[in-house]
Amino acid sequence: MNSVPHAEPPPRSNPGRRLSSFFHRHDRLRLGTLLAAPVAWLVVVYLGSLALLLMAAFWDTEPFTNDIVRRWNLDSFRQLWEQDVYRDVAWRTIKMAGLVTLADAVIAFPIAYYMARVASPRTRNLLVVAVLTPLWASYLVKAFAWRTMLGEQGFINWLLDPLGLGPPGDDWHVGSGWYSWDVDLWLTFAYFWLPFMILPIYAGLERIPSSLLEASGDLGARAVRTFFRVTLPLAFPAVVAGSIFTFSLTLGDYILPRFIADQQFVGTVIYERRSSALPFAAAFAMVPILVMTAYLFVAKRLGAFKEL
Amino acid sequence: MKHVRRKRISLASAAAFVGALAFLAAGCGGDDGGSSSASEDWQVSGLGSTLDEIQANAKNEGQVNLVIWAGYADKSWADEFTKQTGCKVNTKDGASSDDMVDQMATGEYDGVSASGDATLRLIAKGDVAPVNFDLTPNYADVFEGLKDQPYNTVDGVGYGVPHGRGPNYLVFRNDILPEDTNSWAPIWDGSQAGKLSIFNNPIFIADAAVYLKATQSDLGIDDPYELDEDQFNAAVDLLKKQRPDIGKYWDGETYADQVTTFKSGETTVGTTWPYQVNLMAAEKPPVSVTANKPTEGTTGWSDTWMISSKAKNPNCMYLWMDYIISPEANAKVAEYFGEAPSNEKACDLTSDANHCDTYHAKDEDWWKDVYYWSTPQADCGDDRGEVCKTYEDWQAAWAEIKG
Repeated sequence: MNSVPHAEPPPRSNPGRRLSSFFHRHDRLRLGTLLAAPVAWLVVVYLGSLALLLMAAFWDTEPFTNDIVRRWNLDSFRQLWEQDVYRDVAWRTIKMAGLVTLADAVIAFPIAYYMARVASPRTRNLLVVAVLTPLWASYLVKAFAWRTMLGEQGFINWLLDPLGLGPPGDDWHVGSGWYSWDVDLWLTFAYFWLPFMILPIYAGLERIPSSLLEASGDLGARAVRTFFRVTLPLAFPAVVAGSIFTFSLTLGDYILPRFIADQQFVGTVIYERRSSALPFAAAFAMVPILVMTAYLFVAKRLGAFKEL
Repeated sequence: MKHVRRKRISLASAAAFVGALAFLAAGCGGDDGGSSSASEDWQVSGLGSTLDEIQANAKNEGQVNLVIWAGYADKSWADEFTKQTGCKVNTKDGASSDDMVDQMATGEYDGVSASGDATLRLIAKGDVAPVNFDLTPNYADVFEGLKDQPYNTVDGVGYGVPHGRGPNYLVFRNDILPEDTNSWAPIWDGSQAGKLSIFNNPIFIADAAVYLKATQSDLGIDDPYELDEDQFNAAVDLLKKQRPDIGKYWDGETYADQVTTFKSGETTVGTTWPYQVNLMAAEKPPVSVTANKPTEGTTGWSDTWMISSKAKNPNCMYLWMDYIISPEANAKVAEYFGEAPSNEKACDLTSDANHCDTYHAKDEDWWKDVYYWSTPQADCGDDRGEVCKTYEDWQAAWAEIKG
C-alpha cells in the first residue's frame, strides 16, 4: 500500500463552522447554551410551582365555592397553629419518619456490610439485584400485600399469636400517648424504603480503602475495635445520606397512612384539603419543607452530601 | 473550606430566588379573584335550538367529554349511545365531589355526574349551565320526587337531569346483631368497639346529625346539612366519641375494601352503599349481612347530569343527558349500581322485574327520611339566617374528628 501524506485542506467557512468556532472561543457561553433548557425547566417548572404553592398559603378562599381569592392573609397559618389536631398530625408524621429511618439504618447496615465486605462478587451482584427488585413492583401491590399480612388473619398475626403477642390489627401501638406509634405502619414504611438506605451505605462501605482496616489491625486493634473506630465513623456519612431518603419519603407519603393505619399524616391532610382549601394545604406543606430544610442542613454538616 | 462556602451561598441564593419568584408571581396575580355569577341563559354557545338541530350538530361534534363517578358510562350502554348519535363517549373518573368540582373548573369537559354536595358549588361558580328540559324529552318521565330539588334547582331554574338515587344503609353481619335490627344505635353507642366500618368524608357529619335529630329533639335539628353552632358541635362530639370504635374507614376509592373487611370479620357493623351489599352477596360464599334503612332515617345521594357552561360539544352533551335518563339506559345504570332509577319507565325494563320495588323507586314516602347529600352553607335556609356551618367548617372539623 502506498499512502501519500497530504495536508488537510483548510476548513471551508460556513455558518455551522463559524458558530462552532464561536462557541469554541467562548466556552462560558457554550456551557450556558447547553444548560439553558434544563435550567429553565428547573427554574420555571420546579421552583416556579414551588413558589406559587408557598404563595397560595397566604391567600383566601371563597367559603362556598372554595374558589381562590387573592386576598393576603394569615388565616391558614392561624388555623394550623390554633387547632391542636394539626400539631398532633405533624408530630406523628415526624416521629414516624424518625422511627422508620432508625429501623432502616439498623436493618440496612449489616446487609450493606455483608454485601460490601464479606460476600463474593457473585453473591454481591445477586444481593444488589435482590435489594433492587422490590423497587420494580408497584407501590399499590406492595401496600395490598402488607395490608393482607398485617390483617387479623394475616401472616404476622399467625406468627405472633402463639407467642402471646399481638393481635396487630389496626390498633397495634407501641408506647403510650405522645410517644406511641403505629407498629403496622412502621413495619410497612421500613420495608418500603429499605433499599434507599441499603444502597448508599453499601456504596459508602465499599469506598473505605482496605489499607485503613489493615493499618488498624497492624496497630493492634481487633476486629470489633476496628469496626467501631474505623469502619463505622467512615461509613456514618453514608448512613446519614440514606436517612435523607427514608426520612423525606416517610414525611411526604400520603397513601400508606390511609391504607394501612387510617391515620392522618401531613400528606393525607394536604391530599384531602388540596382542592377545597388550597391555601390551608399549602400552609401545611410548609411544615415538611421546613423540617426537611433543617434536616438537610444537619445532614450536610455530617458530610452526607459527599456520599450522594 | 472555600468549597463549603460556595455551596452555602448557592443554597441561600436558591432560597432567595424562590422568594423572588413568589414576589413576581404575586405581582402578576392581579385582581381576578371574583368568580363569575351563574348565567340565567340555558343557551350554551353552539347548541341547536331544536331537537333536530341538536342531532344534526352532534354529528359534527362527534364526541362528548364527561367527568363521572367510575362506571357511570359503562360500555354496555355508552356504546349504544355512540351508535345512535355518532358521539364518542370520553370519560374521566372523579375521585370525589371536590375533585369533580376541580375538574369542571378547567372547562375541558362537557358535562359531569355530580352528587348533591357538588351541584350547588358548580352552579355558584358558574361552571354549569341551566338545562332546557324541552330539549331532553325523557325528562318528562323522571319521578316528580327528583325534580325541582334544592340540589338541582336554583331560583326556579333547573340545572341538570336526575340520574338516580340511593340511600346510605346500615349494614351488619348477621352473626353479630339480630337480623331485625333497624336502628343506627349500634354505630353510635360504643357497643361495637373496633369493629365499625365508616364512610370517610366530611359529609358523614350529616349522619351523626340524622341520629341526633331522632334521639335528641332538644337540639332542634331539621335538615342535617343546615347545622348551627350548637347542633354542629353536638354532631362533632358524637363523632369524636365514635372515633376509637372505628375499625376501618372506607370511601369512593376503597369501597371494595369494606367487602374484604366484612368478609374477614375485621369490621362487622357500619354504613354502606347498596353497591357493596351486592358485592358481599356475590362473594363465594356470600357474606351473611343485613342492610336496611333504620327508623331514624339516613343520608343518601341523588346524582345529577349537568352541562358545562363552557361545553365544546353541547349538542352531544344534551343528547347524552337525554339518553342516560331514557328507560333503557337508566334501567341498566340502576341495576349496575343497585340504585333507584330516575325514570319511571325504566322500572319495566330492568332484568330483575322487582328491581324498582327492592330499591323503592316509586315509593316517595320511603324517601321522606332519606336526606340527600347537599353542600352545607352559611345560610341556614330558614329564619335562623346566616349562622350555619359551611362546608369549609365541616372539613376542618372532619380533620379534628379523625385526630
